[in-house]
Formats: sequence, structure tokens, C-alpha cells
Amino acid sequence: MIDKTVASLAEAVAGIKDGATILVAGFGAVGAPDELADALIEQGARDLVIVSNNAGNRSNGLAGLIIAGRVRKVICSYPRSTDSTAFDDAFKAGKIELELVPQGTISERMRCAAAGLGGFYSPVGVGTKLAEGKELREIDGRAYVFEKPLKGDVALLKADRADRWGNLTYRKSARNFNPTMAMAADLSIVQVREIVQLGALDPEAIVTPGIFIDRVVAVGGRR
Amino acid sequence: MKPLSRRQIAWRAAQDLEDGSYVNLGIGLPTLVADFIPDGREIVFHSENGILGLGKAPPPGEGDPDLINAGKGAASLVPGGAFFHHTDAFLMIRGGHLDYSLLGAFEVSETGDLANWTTEDPDYPPGVGGAMDLAAGAKEVRVLCEHTTKDGQPRIRQRCHYPLTAAGVVRRVYTNLAVLDIGPAGVVVREMVEGLGLAALQAKTEARLQLADDWRPLAPPPL
Repeated sequence: MIDKTVASLAEAVAGIKDGATILVAGFGAVGAPDELADALIEQGARDLVIVSNNAGNRSNGLAGLIIAGRVRKVICSYPRSTDSTAFDDAFKAGKIELELVPQGTISERMRCAAAGLGGFYSPVGVGTKLAEGKELREIDGRAYVFEKPLKGDVALLKADRADRWGNLTYRKSARNFNPTMAMAADLSIVQVREIVQLGALDPEAIVTPGIFIDRVVAVGGRR
Repeated sequence: MKPLSRRQIAWRAAQDLEDGSYVNLGIGLPTLVADFIPDGREIVFHSENGILGLGKAPPPGEGDPDLINAGKGAASLVPGGAFFHHTDAFLMIRGGHLDYSLLGAFEVSETGDLANWTTEDPDYPPGVGGAMDLAAGAKEVRVLCEHTTKDGQPRIRQRCHYPLTAAGVVRRVYTNLAVLDIGPAGVVVREMVEGLGLAALQAKTEARLQLADDWRPLAPPPL
């Protein structure tokens, strides 16, 4: 029998090691697994490399991990937020490293890792500072820059509903990075609003099939 | 001579979007374009966080916390709209599936180079978001910006001084003084505000300007 559900947030983040590369889903605060990130603060792992679109909101979740000094490096497209200074403060104090990557490139690098590919040539960033030091190649008359796959040890995700196989559905724009990150980590952990009976999710509506998911924890919350 | 307001710049850009176009509106001035689509045209707005059919901002308090736009403000979905994940959102951007990407700019060069992602302000960590993807991938990139900076420096340059977002991509620029096309013939003035004259416009522009034979007055309605 397959049962990926766990009873608590502590159980969901158990075993995450110091130095791990962690994919944290969300676009701003939407679709971000704040409860899992808060549980990771409690769990204690440090020296983390975070891959995320942004660098946290308010002072909890990812921002809380940064404030607690657990993050060595952030790989993201846009670290600034109007409602949080957690990253800015750590950056100015020289306590955190930043690798800036165009938003679609981060996403596609993770998709490549998920798909077992060794990278891709992208037109994005050619001729800019963000392509410095990267291999350039002309294909059919257009310039491309080589981008490597980006794989996580762990993915922290948020979805709307799950079953015990780890099949997931999402709500509106809270889907964002979740499906790609779910596929691109060795250990994919998802917090959901509710866990339903196997068979209750419409197979046509399942966005992330359970093969990509390892642990599911219900946290409740509004619909 | 009466420069255009920001709303009038957005109005002018909106007039050029054909019925049936798929369009991404950048954060800031381009976002206003959605308010001025001529009656009878169906334009589908794309949002980088996984939305086609982005609608107007809902009344205060009536938004859905899971439905936001690229600027992370409350958003709505029009009938026929759809949600998808981030990798597909950027596949649409990078793969030339959008008809237009309308972007803001710090500077545009006479060869269509765009600088709009960093002023290299040492007080803030840099952020790029989807800017490089949006500049590199759409079928056509158009820029909306003030003709000069707050202290009167030209934004339409021979060469960009700020770090590039993408090279050679901008085809049309809408400013508070003129509509400019950038192509093999250089920078061509298609429209300019009445009472200005080419010499006065050139004085506010670093790039060499040519006046189109069939140039017209730039005269939007009061808005």
C-alpha cells in the first residue's frame, strides 16, 4: 500500500540535512509553503541553498529561514519584496550569497533536471551581464547561452488537495512553480489544504501526478 | 506643446494592439494599457505567473488571495481565461507565442537595445524577474517610457549606459512626446506632439532621429 501522508509538519521535514539545496515554491506569497518552511526552522538544518523565485515575504516562511541565519545562498530571479527586508538586510550585511537568474531560466533549468536532460541553449540573457562566463552558441543564425540543469535535494511545495498517492490539484495562480519543482527534487514534500480519499480527485484535474511526490501533510486553511 | 500623461501614453500604445492579440504587459506604465483597449477588440493578456486572460483588479476586499498579477497585486480572470504552471508560462514568453511584450525602460538604444532591469544601485540587491525573458522572446517588443529622465537626460540613446536586458529587440517606443520606430533605417519619428518640432525633439534625444514622410501629430484624447 502506498501512503505518502504524514501526520505532522515536523515529520514532513524530518531528515533534511545541513547544506541541502532546497527548492521553495511560490510567486511572492502565493503558492508558497510557509508552514513547511517554518517547520524547517524548527528542524534546524543550516547552511542551506535556496532556489526560489523571490526571497521571502513578511518575516515567516522563507524570510524566517533567512532571518534565522539558516540560508547560505539564494538562487532567485527577484529577491526584493515590498513587505520584507529579510533578504536585503542579510545581503547588505554580507551574510548571504545571491545568484540572480532570469525567471524563465530558473524554471526551465529545474524542468531539465526533472527530465533527465543535461541543459539547454536559451536566447534569454545573451549579451547581458547574466550570461557572462557562460558558453555561447549560434544555432540557425541566432545566439544562445548554455544553461545547466538545476536539481534540488528537497522541494517544499504547496497545493490545494492531495490523496495518499501524492496526486495534487492547485488553486488559480498558486500553481506557479509548484509543478516544476515537484518534479525536480530527490525529496518532494507538499503541504495541502486537505487530503481526500484515493479516487476522489478527478483524474482530468490532477496537475502533479503522485510519482513526483514523497510526503504529504495537511495544514488546513481557507479554500 | 503638451506632453502626454502616463495614461495617454498607455492609451496610444493600446490603439496599436490588433483584435485577437496575445499580449504581456510589464509592471508599471505598461500595466495601464489594459484600461484603454478600443471597444470591440478581444485582447488576451498573459501574466508570467501562469495566467492567460488576466482581467482587471477586483474591487478592494473582493480579490482572491490565490489570484495575483506579475506585480503581485490582486487580479481577476476573464471568461475563457486559463491557469498553467510557471514553466509553460515562460515557454509562451520565450518561444515566441506572444504577439507583443510591452515593457518599461530606463533606456533604449538606436539599435533597439533595452536596459530596464538594474541601475546598479549599490543600496539594493539586484532583481531581474521576467524582464530578460519578456525582452528576448515575444514576436514584437515595444517600450513605453517617459522621453527623458526626471532630471532631463535622454532615455533614447545611441548606446545604453545601464546594463542591458536584451540587445536589438525593441521595435517601437511610445513616449510622452513621440512614437518612434526602430529598424534598419535607424530611429524614425512616426508621431510627435503638436508644437514641438523635430529640432526640439532631437534636443531631448541622444539617438539621431529621422522624421517619417507621413508623420502625424500625436494627439490622444484628454484622459
